[in-house]
Amino acid sequence: MFRVLMSIWIVFCSQMANAELSIEISGAGEHQTPVSVVRFAGEEGGTQSISEIISNDLLRTGLFKLIHPAGRAPHVMSEVKYVDWYGVEAIVMGSITLQEGGNMLVTFSLLDMVRRSELLKLTVSAPQDQGRAIAHGIADRVFERLTGTPGVFSTRIAYVNRDKGHYRLVVADSDGYGEQDLLNSREPIMSPAWSPDGAKIAYVSFEERRAIVYVQSLSTRERRVVADFPGSNSAPAWSPDGKKLAVVLTRDDTSQIYVMNADGTGLKRITFSDAIDTEPTFSVDGKFLLFASDRGGTVQIYRVAAEGGAATRMTYETGNSFSPRFSPDGKSFAYTLFNGGKFYIVVNDLGTQQVQYLSNGGWDKKPSFAPNGKLILFATEVQGRGILASVSSDGRVKQKLAAQRGDIREPVWGPLLKR
Amino acid sequence: MKKILLSVLLLNLLAACSSAPTKPDVAEVPPANTSANADTAAAQAAADAQAAADAAAAKAAADAQAAADAAAAKAAADAQAAADAAAAQAAADAALNKASVYFATNVDAVQAADKDTLLAHGKKLAGDAKAKVRVEGNADERGSSEYNLALGQRRAKNTKKVLVLSGAKASQVTTVSYGEEKPAAAGHDEAAWSQNRRVDINYNAGK
Repeated sequence: MFRVLMSIWIVFCSQMANAELSIEISGAGEHQTPVSVVRFAGEEGGTQSISEIISNDLLRTGLFKLIHPAGRAPHVMSEVKYVDWYGVEAIVMGSITLQEGGNMLVTFSLLDMVRRSELLKLTVSAPQDQGRAIAHGIADRVFERLTGTPGVFSTRIAYVNRDKGHYRLVVADSDGYGEQDLLNSREPIMSPAWSPDGAKIAYVSFEERRAIVYVQSLSTRERRVVADFPGSNSAPAWSPDGKKLAVVLTRDDTSQIYVMNADGTGLKRITFSDAIDTEPTFSVDGKFLLFASDRGGTVQIYRVAAEGGAATRMTYETGNSFSPRFSPDGKSFAYTLFNGGKFYIVVNDLGTQQVQYLSNGGWDKKPSFAPNGKLILFATEVQGRGILASVSSDGRVKQKLAAQRGDIREPVWGPLLKR
Repeated sequence: MKKILLSVLLLNLLAACSSAPTKPDVAEVPPANTSANADTAAAQAAADAQAAADAAAAKAAADAQAAADAAAAKAAADAQAAADAAAAQAAADAALNKASVYFATNVDAVQAADKDTLLAHGKKLAGDAKAKVRVEGNADERGSSEYNLALGQRRAKNTKKVLVLSGAKASQVTTVSYGEEKPAAAGHDEAAWSQNRRVDINYNAGK
């Protein structure tokens, strides 16, 4: 036990660092709504102001064309000259007032420039260091009002940062900022998985020098071992109700899929092959699992009832297929395809059986849907470094987020939180 | 007289030693012959003493040369034998010192080229019941991290099988997989991948 305490430490205080990541956005959609985000009154200069964060959030969904205000600077509806905004369908504007005691008051409006009406008007008060959270909250409301789909800019992501034999399990804002370490270790960390309520993360840690599955609370930082059988324990996946965990164990020889209660009790074996069966993921209704298996020679995606039974092959692409994830609406699944020396992020439509390539190919691994299904987060590599990337679900807009240190691996998008 | 005998003895010793310094047992033979010659020499008349001593010295010198030649030949043969034994030992040591075996792409079966290495480790474990090893499976990065964890586990398991077939007890060998998490070489090329598709046999794993 002492050795464990020596080799890892859990960080209890949140570390809000600035600009851990730099962002690059490319591509354009065909049917994008032209919107403009006007610099808020009272915004300080410098990088990543509230209006810029809102702009970037909207931009990387691929659904909007961001029109530069070009000198036009209304902050309230009465200041808007509609004739100046021809071709712009909506604008976001507002103001920031600093209050006594370090709080700031942020008022914003969303205008429909075609109907000349105010779609949203809200005032938020928060501590000054919560600017990013306020901006993401505004972007969520704007996105939902304009598209009818909840925004996911206030959600969080988790990933592993590997830096010269030093491993960190990191939780960050959906745009990669606001990193907090959940676990530090000298041994590898793998396969983080968010509980459906966003309160816990299951993951694989090698701190005991073999793969063991842990579940850790984000609020209390407490954690417990949930799978520590002889051999490897890995690939945790939560059922949609948060009551079950699918895991992969080698306790009965080769890697097979098991389902157990989230506290580690009630273990039941689901697959029975002499091949590698791994990377289980639950369907949205909890009735099925997708998983990767080499039972057919190459690695392909299969489906099996969550209670067990015969498996059905789901993919027939040339090459090897890994890391399946259902879309939030359950109508498709994304996975990693390795073919011709490159990894691609692809989506398989369960209705039409058609496969769409969402990435250009490279070192693109581990897709993970945003909870509204509009973006897919994945790991890629640029100039030998592992970084985060996202692509809009139509494949048109791509974004890369480069970390300042280390390689980013195994990203996973967290759930939509109740607000 | 004694001076002469002593000098003959020394001469023989020096001759023997200088030609076969590593084999002192060979050098013991010529002094025995020399002492027999010395007894004969002692029975001779004093007038003949000088001539006899000269003859004895000459014979002793000749004997010493022959003995030295024989010693040199034997030493050379011994050295060759020793070298052969050392080479064999070195080969065995090399097989034991080689603690990694390598695998073909997406294959978990041990390669024929690594059988000797595993046989040597199996024998070593069979001869030392207290020894324990941790067999650590790894994979290259061309797959998902979870698939590679599973592949590394299968490689470790198959390596353990060969060790047990070579004499190790199953209880002496534990297996673990690190998948693609601990590459021995960095880079997206076969040179690196071939180093990373490996199983390490770790004697210092502690538990």
